[in-house]
Amino acid sequence: MFDDFFIRALVAGIGVAFVTGPLGCFVVWRRLSYFGDTLAHSALLGVTMALAFEINIAISIFIISSVIAIILVKLEKNTNLPGDALLGLLAHSSLAVGLVVVGFLSFIRFDVMGLLFGDILAVNIDDLIIIWGGGAIILIVLKLIWKPLFASTVNYELAEAEGLNPDRAKAIFTILLAALIAISIKLVGVLLITGMLIIPTAMARNLSDNPKKMVVFSIIGGLLSVFIGLFSSLEFNTSSGPSIIAAALFLFIISLFKIKQTIQLKN
Amino acid sequence: MGIENNILVKLKDVGLKRNDKWLVKGVSLVVEKSKIITLIGPNGSGKSTTAKIALGLHKNIEGEVQKLTNKIGYVPQKISIDWTLPLRVKDFMLLTDDLNDKLIDEALTLTGVDHLKNKNLGNLSGGEFQRVLLARAVSKKPELLVLDEPVQGVDFTGEIALYKLIKEISEKLNCGILLISHDLHTVMSATDFVLCLNGHVCCSGTPKDVAMSNEYKVLFGEQASQTLSIYEHKHDHTHSDDGEIKKN
Repeated sequence: MFDDFFIRALVAGIGVAFVTGPLGCFVVWRRLSYFGDTLAHSALLGVTMALAFEINIAISIFIISSVIAIILVKLEKNTNLPGDALLGLLAHSSLAVGLVVVGFLSFIRFDVMGLLFGDILAVNIDDLIIIWGGGAIILIVLKLIWKPLFASTVNYELAEAEGLNPDRAKAIFTILLAALIAISIKLVGVLLITGMLIIPTAMARNLSDNPKKMVVFSIIGGLLSVFIGLFSSLEFNTSSGPSIIAAALFLFIISLFKIKQTIQLKN
Repeated sequence: MGIENNILVKLKDVGLKRNDKWLVKGVSLVVEKSKIITLIGPNGSGKSTTAKIALGLHKNIEGEVQKLTNKIGYVPQKISIDWTLPLRVKDFMLLTDDLNDKLIDEALTLTGVDHLKNKNLGNLSGGEFQRVLLARAVSKKPELLVLDEPVQGVDFTGEIALYKLIKEISEKLNCGILLISHDLHTVMSATDFVLCLNGHVCCSGTPKDVAMSNEYKVLFGEQASQTLSIYEHKHDHTHSDDGEIKKN
């Protein structure tokens, strides 16, 4: 059944959506959208490293993204630049360096467009194993750090005062984010993975009055985006990444009508 | 049981320096089970800082902090809930601990806001929110409660009722309370020990001792102990840039 490239892409997309849902909620709650973007941009460098040294792409991306995250923390402590400037600096320089290195690797044939925007044709059985195995680990670890991570998202000092460990939870969450980018890059691409994290979550926010509901709707939104996006990608012969994100946007727009209704009811 | 066994937190000569300025210096205090210790003092006198030091929230402090309990409930002075996070009162009650519904209802009823259980936290008034904060801190039945201006935004009658409630809670749960307050009159009736801060300990003792002391009269004015007059805080000294005390 996994012989068909489309089935493989669909199974990969479902796996990714289950992970982007809950992680996306924390990205939105903690205002980490640009942080996610920065990690994703650095993934290109990870891919080129993988090709140059012939190691697994997901592992290479995971390592590079983690290194970028560590560099960011160091720069935040040791410079007077604001966080968003540092994020921009790291995002674009790692993307640029990645593309420059791609130029040097001209002896290897590979599809830059597929890397930037996702390529469902490229999803193979190994990728499925990485997505579902890695995804399961990410979700289990997230479940374990949920309490301190969530409590410190609401109020850092309150969480720390009452005996939780917010700093550790934050560090682990960063690693989870890097891992998610590593496993989902083939499906959505470097430039659009943050969209997959944020847009279904934004839709979920419009429909939810509590955090658990928001996580569930975020997963459902991600799954629907994957289904609609992949089928239209097949139908119209478009890249998988943009199609999925466009589907997510479509769902977000529909969810706006729901808010409008709630606001009218309140008045 | 000896007195030592009742100690929950002990600060010994603690201080915190930020940008070469002492926020607070040389504070020693002990919070014991079923006792209420109150910190009073003007804005910027280091009340909240002292409370945070006791909670272990400040690193790089001077002096010694001994925390002998992990069951802590905290009501911070400022807390803002972000609209991007949909949070109902009952979700907020579960923030740091897994509580069953019965405990949540009990705590919310205690502070008089059980009807708000399913409301969104962002839609509460200041006073309602303050009551929810107190309920959350109490609900986990802590051994130590740290309350940083817990009645701010609560109406006048509610304020007196809440201070009475805090006194009851300390007796019922047998927990120690570190209370921060502006309200001199309520402090007097609901506390066992008062510490007046102004970057350092100005005076301390039982409410009666403090009220009788000369330092207190100088600090808060002659009338303060007899009436609910306007809060007035005079000082016999100023601080130099590095936080040292200069007598006038």
